[in-house]
Amino acid sequence: MTSHNSDWGGFSSGDEQTSTQDQAQHSSKSAIIDMGNMDDSSVTSSWEDVGDTTHRVKDSSIEGQEGPGMVSGISGNLGKAVADQMWQSGQQQARKMIDVYANIDILRPYFDVEPKVLLFRLGSSFLPLRSLTTPQKIPNELYGPLMIVFTLIAILLMNMKNAGTVLQQGTLMGTAFGICFGYWFGVSGLIYFLAYLCNAYISVVQCLSLLGYGMVSHCIILLLGHFTHYSHGVFYFLWAIVAGASAARMITVLLSRTVGKSQRLLLCITISSFHMLFLLYLHFAYHQVVKDILETLDKDLIPAYQAAEDNIRVARDEPESEIAAT
Amino acid sequence: MADFQEVSYNSPIEGEISENAGNAHEEDGEELTTLDEPVKDTVLRDLKAVAQKFSHIVYPRKNSVLLRDWDLWGPLILCVIMAFLLQGVKDEKTGGGGPQFAQVFVVVWVGAGIVTLNSQLLGGHISFFQSVCVLGYCMFPLVVAMVFCWTVVKLISHQTAILVVLRLIFTSVGYGWSIFASLTFLGDSQPVGRKALAVYPICLFYFILAWMVATYS
Repeated sequence: MTSHNSDWGGFSSGDEQTSTQDQAQHSSKSAIIDMGNMDDSSVTSSWEDVGDTTHRVKDSSIEGQEGPGMVSGISGNLGKAVADQMWQSGQQQARKMIDVYANIDILRPYFDVEPKVLLFRLGSSFLPLRSLTTPQKIPNELYGPLMIVFTLIAILLMNMKNAGTVLQQGTLMGTAFGICFGYWFGVSGLIYFLAYLCNAYISVVQCLSLLGYGMVSHCIILLLGHFTHYSHGVFYFLWAIVAGASAARMITVLLSRTVGKSQRLLLCITISSFHMLFLLYLHFAYHQVVKDILETLDKDLIPAYQAAEDNIRVARDEPESEIAAT
Repeated sequence: MADFQEVSYNSPIEGEISENAGNAHEEDGEELTTLDEPVKDTVLRDLKAVAQKFSHIVYPRKNSVLLRDWDLWGPLILCVIMAFLLQGVKDEKTGGGGPQFAQVFVVVWVGAGIVTLNSQLLGGHISFFQSVCVLGYCMFPLVVAMVFCWTVVKLISHQTAILVVLRLIFTSVGYGWSIFASLTFLGDSQPVGRKALAVYPICLFYFILAWMVATYS
């Protein structure tokens, strides 16, 4: 208790010294900081008191009436006592609480979007840029991409159920979550890393936003596939046109922000190949799974499976030999 | 010690303490009666409160009861019922089965949490548990549809097309009802121009639940 008292005393006296040295030059600056301390109602009372005390000390130094009486005054003692108690008992809890609220507040600007702007961004995610001369702005927004990923999870779940996907280890929901968020975070991280190497000035949030809006094409194609059960030809057509347009958008945006041919080539090939191959994976892994696995099985086993084709569910994460054995 | 004496002497907290003490004395009688009452009365009173909230969902109207006196008993009951009914039998042949109890449980609570977090991030002025409470209670129509589907599947072994369509209709009505009820209670808590942004995840959340109900077999 006494040691902390001395710590606080030392802290205030040190502050006092620095303030007396710098006061002449930075008096207005320090006053603003102190006012912020005093006005901030979200901080704990101990910090307010400490700010109050230092503010008063600085005021006294301005007037040239520096004296020990101010520090040992009633308010100063109150501040010390409360600060000590808070420091000892609630420091970690307070920090945790502040961290939680601070995290929400940190994320809030990324969710600040109007519905009309969102619709515009969704629509423009299929429109490649015409001019690459001016660097294209990438929105710092996460609401749209996050909702697109959740939508893709829901569509993937429907596709999995429709295709009769059965997982020996894990659940459909967990798999869909893992695939979609894994792709989103993983490829965004990779693009960010490559963009850093290639001097394309793009932040992580912008990477997430760019890739997230690109996944609208995945949602549309997989949803169409779920309801219409199109053939492979139709899928390839949609894959080339719709997903291609969305990949072209991402490529042109990155091109407009990158200088150098090899850098541009690296970034564009990476993002487009991941984008297009991910859709192929989703389609062939979870849409036509029963048909494809049946085709790969031995011919002798096919009649036995065809007899109960409606009820067939094949575990995706089991080796085929074990499936055949069952 | 001298510091503490000065603090207690100068602070005006004493007056507030006495006021609080006075209030505590006034409420003392009520608290004693609540503590002394039989357990049966307590349980019945809570069940009555839960049932009253269910009635608000059945007939949704602008009412602040769900938001003011929030509880998580109703959502827990609904979630457990839904998870029990959706619990799939493990298929010995392939090792697969329907959604497991824990899966449904996690989907409901994590889903409600995500929707609530989203509304908080969009600037909605509603507390976390109020929103979770409303979202949980608004599952009621879907649970009713689930009970219907479960009964149909268990009673009638051969599922005809008419039965499947009937189940789909029931689930769709439950889905629409759930969204309508949740919007009635949560709609006002969102910023004016951004209601659509908060509505979409709610629709998605109930859609996944409705899809689980509709595909129950």
